Amino acid sequence: MTHDEVFEKVREVLVDALAVDDDEVLPGATLTGDLGAESIDFLDIVFKLEQAFGIKIAQGELFPDNVSQDPEFVQNGVVTPKGMEALKERLPHADFTKLEADPKITNVGEIFTVDALVKFCERKLSAAA
Amino acid sequence: MRWLWIDRIVSLEPGQRLVAIKNVSMAEDHLHDHFAADEASGRPASPIMPASLIVEGMAQTAGILVGHTGAFREKVILAKVSNATLEADATPGTTLRYEAELKSFDTVGASCQGVVSLIDPVAPGEATAIGQIDLVFSHLDQNRAGLAFPDHNFVFGPSFKMILEQSGIDLPAE
Repeated sequence: MTHDEVFEKVREVLVDALAVDDDEVLPGATLTGDLGAESIDFLDIVFKLEQAFGIKIAQGELFPDNVSQDPEFVQNGVVTPKGMEALKERLPHADFTKLEADPKITNVGEIFTVDALVKFCERKLSAAA
Repeated sequence: MRWLWIDRIVSLEPGQRLVAIKNVSMAEDHLHDHFAADEASGRPASPIMPASLIVEGMAQTAGILVGHTGAFREKVILAKVSNATLEADATPGTTLRYEAELKSFDTVGASCQGVVSLIDPVAPGEATAIGQIDLVFSHLDQNRAGLAFPDHNFVFGPSFKMILEQSGIDLPAE
Protein backbone atom coordinates (compact mmCIF):
# COMPACT_ATOMS: atom_id res chain seq x y z
CA MET A 1 0.00 0.00 0.00
CA THR A 2 1.45 3.39 -0.98
CA HIS A 3 1.82 6.34 1.40
CA ASP A 4 -1.08 8.11 -0.34
CA GLU A 5 -3.33 5.05 -0.01
CA VAL A 6 -2.56 4.78 3.70
CA PHE A 7 -3.22 8.51 4.11
CA GLU A 8 -6.58 8.19 2.32
CA LYS A 9 -7.69 5.36 4.60
CA VAL A 10 -6.59 7.28 7.70
CA ARG A 11 -8.48 10.29 6.40
CA GLU A 12 -11.64 8.20 5.94
CA VAL A 13 -11.31 6.85 9.50
CA LEU A 14 -10.94 10.35 10.95
CA VAL A 15 -13.79 11.83 8.90
CA ASP A 16 -15.98 9.00 10.16
CA ALA A 17 -14.82 9.00 13.80
CA LEU A 18 -14.62 12.75 14.36
CA ALA A 19 -17.33 14.03 11.98
CA VAL A 20 -14.87 16.42 10.31
CA ASP A 21 -14.65 17.40 6.64
CA ASP A 22 -12.18 15.75 4.24
CA ASP A 23 -10.26 18.97 3.74
CA GLU A 24 -9.69 19.43 7.49
CA VAL A 25 -7.69 16.21 7.67
CA LEU A 26 -4.25 17.55 6.70
CA PRO A 27 -0.97 15.77 7.54
CA GLY A 28 -0.01 18.34 10.16
CA ALA A 29 -3.44 18.57 11.83
CA THR A 30 -3.48 17.50 15.49
CA LEU A 31 -6.24 15.14 16.56
CA THR A 32 -7.24 17.02 19.68
CA GLY A 33 -6.38 20.63 18.83
CA ASP A 34 -7.35 20.82 15.17
CA LEU A 35 -9.84 17.97 14.76
CA GLY A 36 -11.55 18.15 18.16
CA ALA A 37 -10.92 14.55 19.28
CA GLU A 38 -11.85 13.73 22.87
CA SER A 39 -10.54 10.85 24.97
CA ILE A 40 -13.17 8.31 23.91
CA ASP A 41 -12.55 9.15 20.25
CA PHE A 42 -9.10 7.60 20.59
CA LEU A 43 -10.67 4.22 21.35
CA ASP A 44 -13.02 4.65 18.39
CA ILE A 45 -10.07 5.58 16.13
CA VAL A 46 -8.11 2.50 17.24
CA PHE A 47 -11.09 0.24 16.45
CA LYS A 48 -11.67 1.87 13.07
CA LEU A 49 -7.97 1.69 12.09
CA GLU A 50 -7.94 -2.01 13.01
CA GLN A 51 -10.89 -2.61 10.70
CA ALA A 52 -9.65 -0.39 7.88
CA PHE A 53 -6.18 -1.94 7.73
CA GLY A 54 -6.88 -5.43 9.09
CA ILE A 55 -4.35 -4.93 11.89
CA LYS A 56 -4.41 -5.47 15.66
CA ILE A 57 -3.38 -2.54 17.84
CA ALA A 58 -2.50 -3.39 21.43
CA GLN A 59 -3.64 -1.21 24.32
CA GLY A 60 -1.19 1.69 24.73
CA GLU A 61 0.57 0.96 21.43
CA LEU A 62 -0.81 3.92 19.50
CA PHE A 63 -1.86 6.23 22.33
CA PRO A 64 -0.08 6.16 25.72
CA ASP A 65 -1.59 4.60 28.81
CA ASN A 66 -1.61 6.34 32.14
CA VAL A 67 1.42 8.54 31.48
CA SER A 68 -0.09 11.35 33.52
CA GLN A 69 -0.49 9.07 36.56
CA ASP A 70 3.22 8.25 36.78
CA PRO A 71 4.99 10.76 39.09
CA GLU A 72 8.32 10.03 37.39
CA PHE A 73 6.93 11.10 34.05
CA VAL A 74 4.80 14.09 35.06
CA GLN A 75 5.49 16.56 37.84
CA ASN A 76 3.40 19.67 38.57
CA GLY A 77 1.53 19.23 35.32
CA VAL A 78 4.73 19.20 33.22
CA VAL A 79 6.20 16.22 31.38
CA THR A 80 9.67 15.52 32.85
CA PRO A 81 12.71 14.80 30.61
CA LYS A 82 12.42 11.17 31.69
CA GLY A 83 8.73 11.19 30.76
CA MET A 84 9.55 12.71 27.37
CA GLU A 85 12.12 9.98 26.66
CA ALA A 86 9.66 7.27 27.72
CA LEU A 87 6.97 8.71 25.45
CA LYS A 88 9.39 8.93 22.52
CA GLU A 89 10.48 5.35 23.00
CA ARG A 90 6.93 4.04 23.25
CA LEU A 91 5.49 6.26 20.53
CA PRO A 92 8.13 6.57 17.79
CA HIS A 93 5.40 7.57 15.30
CA ALA A 94 4.39 10.70 17.22
CA ASP A 95 5.50 14.28 16.53
CA PHE A 96 7.05 15.80 19.67
CA THR A 97 7.88 19.25 18.25
CA LYS A 98 5.05 21.13 19.96
CA LEU A 99 5.19 19.20 23.23
CA GLU A 100 8.94 19.77 23.62
CA ALA A 101 8.45 23.49 23.06
CA ASP A 102 5.86 23.59 25.86
CA PRO A 103 5.87 20.33 27.84
CA LYS A 104 2.64 20.82 29.78
CA ILE A 105 0.73 17.53 30.15
CA THR A 106 -2.33 19.24 28.72
CA ASN A 107 -0.37 19.56 25.45
CA VAL A 108 0.30 15.83 25.18
CA GLY A 109 -2.50 15.51 22.63
CA GLU A 110 -0.45 17.71 20.29
CA ILE A 111 1.91 14.80 19.57
CA PHE A 112 -0.83 12.98 17.68
CA THR A 113 -1.00 14.44 14.21
CA VAL A 114 -2.63 12.89 11.16
CA ASP A 115 0.86 12.20 9.82
CA ALA A 116 1.76 10.37 13.05
CA LEU A 117 -1.22 8.04 12.51
CA VAL A 118 -0.15 7.46 8.89
CA LYS A 119 3.40 6.61 10.00
CA PHE A 120 2.07 4.29 12.69
CA CYS A 121 -0.13 2.41 10.20
CA GLU A 122 2.70 2.17 7.65
CA ARG A 123 4.96 0.68 10.32
CA LYS A 124 2.30 -1.82 11.36
CA LEU A 125 1.64 -2.83 7.74
CA SER A 126 5.33 -3.30 6.92
CA ALA A 127 5.83 -5.34 10.11
CA ALA A 128 2.93 -7.58 9.10
CA ALA A 129 4.15 -8.00 5.50
CA MET B 1 -41.26 3.50 35.37
CA ARG B 2 -38.23 1.27 34.87
CA TRP B 3 -35.38 2.36 32.63
CA LEU B 4 -35.82 -0.62 30.32
CA TRP B 5 -36.12 0.17 26.65
CA ILE B 6 -36.17 -3.37 25.35
CA ASP B 7 -38.84 -5.93 26.16
CA ARG B 8 -37.21 -9.16 25.10
CA ILE B 9 -34.08 -10.59 23.57
CA VAL B 10 -35.09 -12.71 20.59
CA SER B 11 -31.71 -14.08 19.57
CA LEU B 12 -28.12 -14.12 20.72
CA GLU B 13 -25.03 -15.28 18.88
CA PRO B 14 -22.44 -14.90 21.66
CA GLY B 15 -19.65 -12.49 20.80
CA GLN B 16 -21.28 -11.61 17.48
CA ARG B 17 -24.88 -10.46 17.42
CA LEU B 18 -27.87 -9.78 19.63
CA VAL B 19 -31.41 -8.98 18.55
CA ALA B 20 -33.98 -7.43 20.90
CA ILE B 21 -37.46 -6.01 20.46
CA LYS B 22 -39.42 -3.20 22.04
CA ASN B 23 -43.18 -2.94 21.72
CA VAL B 24 -44.30 0.68 21.48
CA SER B 25 -47.43 1.15 23.60
CA MET B 26 -49.98 3.93 23.91
CA ALA B 27 -49.81 3.31 27.70
CA GLU B 28 -46.37 4.91 27.81
CA ASP B 29 -46.77 8.36 29.32
CA HIS B 30 -44.02 10.02 27.34
CA LEU B 31 -45.79 9.36 24.03
CA HIS B 32 -48.57 11.68 25.15
CA ASP B 33 -46.09 14.53 25.44
CA HIS B 34 -44.16 13.59 22.32
CA PHE B 35 -46.17 15.09 20.78
CA ALA B 36 -49.27 16.46 22.44
CA ALA B 37 -52.04 18.16 20.50
CA ASP B 38 -51.69 21.89 20.20
CA GLU B 39 -55.05 23.55 20.64
CA ALA B 40 -53.83 26.97 19.59
CA SER B 41 -52.75 25.82 16.15
CA GLY B 42 -55.22 22.95 15.91
CA ARG B 43 -52.39 20.45 15.40
CA PRO B 44 -53.55 16.97 16.46
CA ALA B 45 -51.65 14.73 18.87
CA SER B 46 -48.82 12.80 17.26
CA PRO B 47 -47.51 10.05 19.54
CA ILE B 48 -44.14 8.81 18.29
CA MET B 49 -41.30 7.07 20.06
CA PRO B 50 -38.57 9.68 20.77
CA ALA B 51 -35.43 9.07 18.71
CA SER B 52 -33.28 9.53 21.85
CA LEU B 53 -35.04 6.56 23.46
CA ILE B 54 -34.53 4.49 20.31
CA VAL B 55 -30.81 5.22 20.68
CA GLU B 56 -31.12 4.11 24.32
CA GLY B 57 -32.87 0.91 23.21
CA MET B 58 -30.02 0.13 20.83
CA ALA B 59 -27.51 1.02 23.56
CA GLN B 60 -29.17 -1.49 25.90
CA THR B 61 -29.25 -4.14 23.15
CA ALA B 62 -25.61 -3.61 22.18
CA GLY B 63 -24.56 -3.11 25.81
CA ILE B 64 -25.93 -6.53 26.77
CA LEU B 65 -24.06 -8.06 23.80
CA VAL B 66 -20.82 -6.40 24.95
CA GLY B 67 -21.49 -7.34 28.58
CA HIS B 68 -22.25 -10.95 27.65
CA THR B 69 -19.06 -11.14 25.59
CA GLY B 70 -17.11 -10.22 28.73
CA ALA B 71 -19.16 -12.59 30.93
CA PHE B 72 -20.68 -9.50 32.64
CA ARG B 73 -17.46 -8.90 34.57
CA GLU B 74 -17.00 -5.41 33.13
CA LYS B 75 -19.08 -2.30 33.77
CA VAL B 76 -20.07 -1.48 30.21
CA ILE B 77 -20.79 2.22 29.71
CA LEU B 78 -22.01 3.89 26.52
CA ALA B 79 -19.19 6.26 25.62
CA LYS B 80 -20.00 7.52 22.15
CA VAL B 81 -22.81 7.53 19.61
CA SER B 82 -20.72 7.39 16.44
CA ASN B 83 -23.66 7.54 14.10
CA ALA B 84 -27.43 7.62 14.44
CA THR B 85 -29.82 7.93 11.52
CA LEU B 86 -33.55 7.20 11.63
CA GLU B 87 -35.79 7.57 8.61
CA ALA B 88 -39.23 6.68 9.93
CA ASP B 89 -41.28 7.12 13.09
CA ALA B 90 -42.21 4.32 15.48
CA THR B 91 -45.84 4.78 16.53
CA PRO B 92 -47.90 2.95 19.19
CA GLY B 93 -48.80 -0.55 18.12
CA THR B 94 -45.58 -1.19 16.24
CA THR B 95 -42.53 -3.14 17.34
CA LEU B 96 -38.98 -1.87 17.18
CA ARG B 97 -36.36 -4.46 16.37
CA TYR B 98 -32.80 -3.73 17.42
CA GLU B 99 -30.02 -5.81 15.84
CA ALA B 100 -26.56 -5.12 17.26
CA GLU B 101 -23.41 -6.56 15.73
CA LEU B 102 -20.12 -6.57 17.64
CA LYS B 103 -17.39 -5.01 15.49
CA SER B 104 -14.52 -4.67 17.97
CA PHE B 105 -13.90 -5.88 21.51
CA ASP B 106 -10.85 -5.55 23.71
CA THR B 107 -9.90 -4.94 27.33
CA VAL B 108 -10.75 -1.22 27.33
CA GLY B 109 -13.99 -1.24 25.36
CA ALA B 110 -16.00 -2.32 22.36
CA SER B 111 -17.81 -0.99 19.30
CA CYS B 112 -21.07 -2.12 17.73
CA GLN B 113 -23.03 -1.46 14.56
CA GLY B 114 -26.78 -1.48 14.98
CA VAL B 115 -29.71 -1.69 12.61
CA VAL B 116 -33.13 -0.47 13.74
CA SER B 117 -36.15 -2.03 12.05
CA LEU B 118 -39.87 -1.56 12.45
CA ILE B 119 -42.41 -4.37 12.50
CA ASP B 120 -46.04 -3.48 11.81
CA PRO B 121 -48.47 -6.14 13.12
CA VAL B 122 -50.55 -5.67 9.97
CA ALA B 123 -47.68 -7.41 8.16
CA PRO B 124 -45.89 -9.15 11.05
CA GLY B 125 -43.53 -11.15 8.87
CA GLU B 126 -41.82 -8.08 7.50
CA ALA B 127 -39.31 -5.97 9.38
CA THR B 128 -38.47 -2.74 7.59
CA ALA B 129 -35.06 -1.26 8.31
CA ILE B 130 -35.51 2.37 9.38
CA GLY B 131 -32.07 3.35 10.60
CA GLN B 132 -28.57 2.66 11.80
CA ILE B 133 -27.00 3.40 15.19
CA ASP B 134 -23.30 2.79 15.78
CA LEU B 135 -21.96 2.90 19.33
CA VAL B 136 -18.70 2.77 21.26
CA PHE B 137 -18.65 1.35 24.79
CA SER B 138 -16.07 1.76 27.52
CA HIS B 139 -15.15 -0.82 30.13
CA LEU B 140 -15.35 1.63 33.01
CA ASP B 141 -12.83 0.09 35.40
CA GLN B 142 -10.19 -0.16 32.65
CA ASN B 143 -10.37 3.50 31.67
CA ARG B 144 -10.62 5.51 34.86
CA ALA B 145 -7.31 4.78 36.53
CA GLY B 146 -7.20 6.19 40.03
CA LEU B 147 -10.97 6.53 40.32
CA ALA B 148 -12.60 3.91 42.46
CA PHE B 149 -15.99 2.54 41.51
CA PRO B 150 -18.02 0.07 43.54
CA ASP B 151 -16.98 -3.54 43.10
CA HIS B 152 -20.47 -4.75 42.30
CA ASN B 153 -21.58 -4.42 38.69
CA PHE B 154 -24.13 -1.61 38.91
CA VAL B 155 -24.57 -1.56 35.13
CA PHE B 156 -26.00 -5.04 34.84
CA GLY B 157 -28.44 -5.04 37.73
CA PRO B 158 -31.54 -7.11 38.53
CA SER B 159 -33.62 -5.58 35.70
CA PHE B 160 -31.23 -6.76 33.00
CA LYS B 161 -30.89 -10.15 34.62
CA MET B 162 -34.68 -10.41 34.57
CA ILE B 163 -34.79 -9.62 30.84
CA LEU B 164 -32.09 -12.20 30.15
CA GLU B 165 -33.91 -14.83 32.19
CA GLN B 166 -37.28 -14.03 30.63
CA SER B 167 -35.68 -14.32 27.21
CA GLY B 168 -34.25 -17.73 28.01
CA ILE B 169 -30.63 -16.53 27.95
CA ASP B 170 -28.38 -18.30 30.42
CA LEU B 171 -26.53 -16.03 32.82
CA PRO B 172 -22.80 -16.65 33.08
CA ALA B 173 -21.68 -18.32 36.30
CA GLU B 174 -20.75 -15.86 39.08
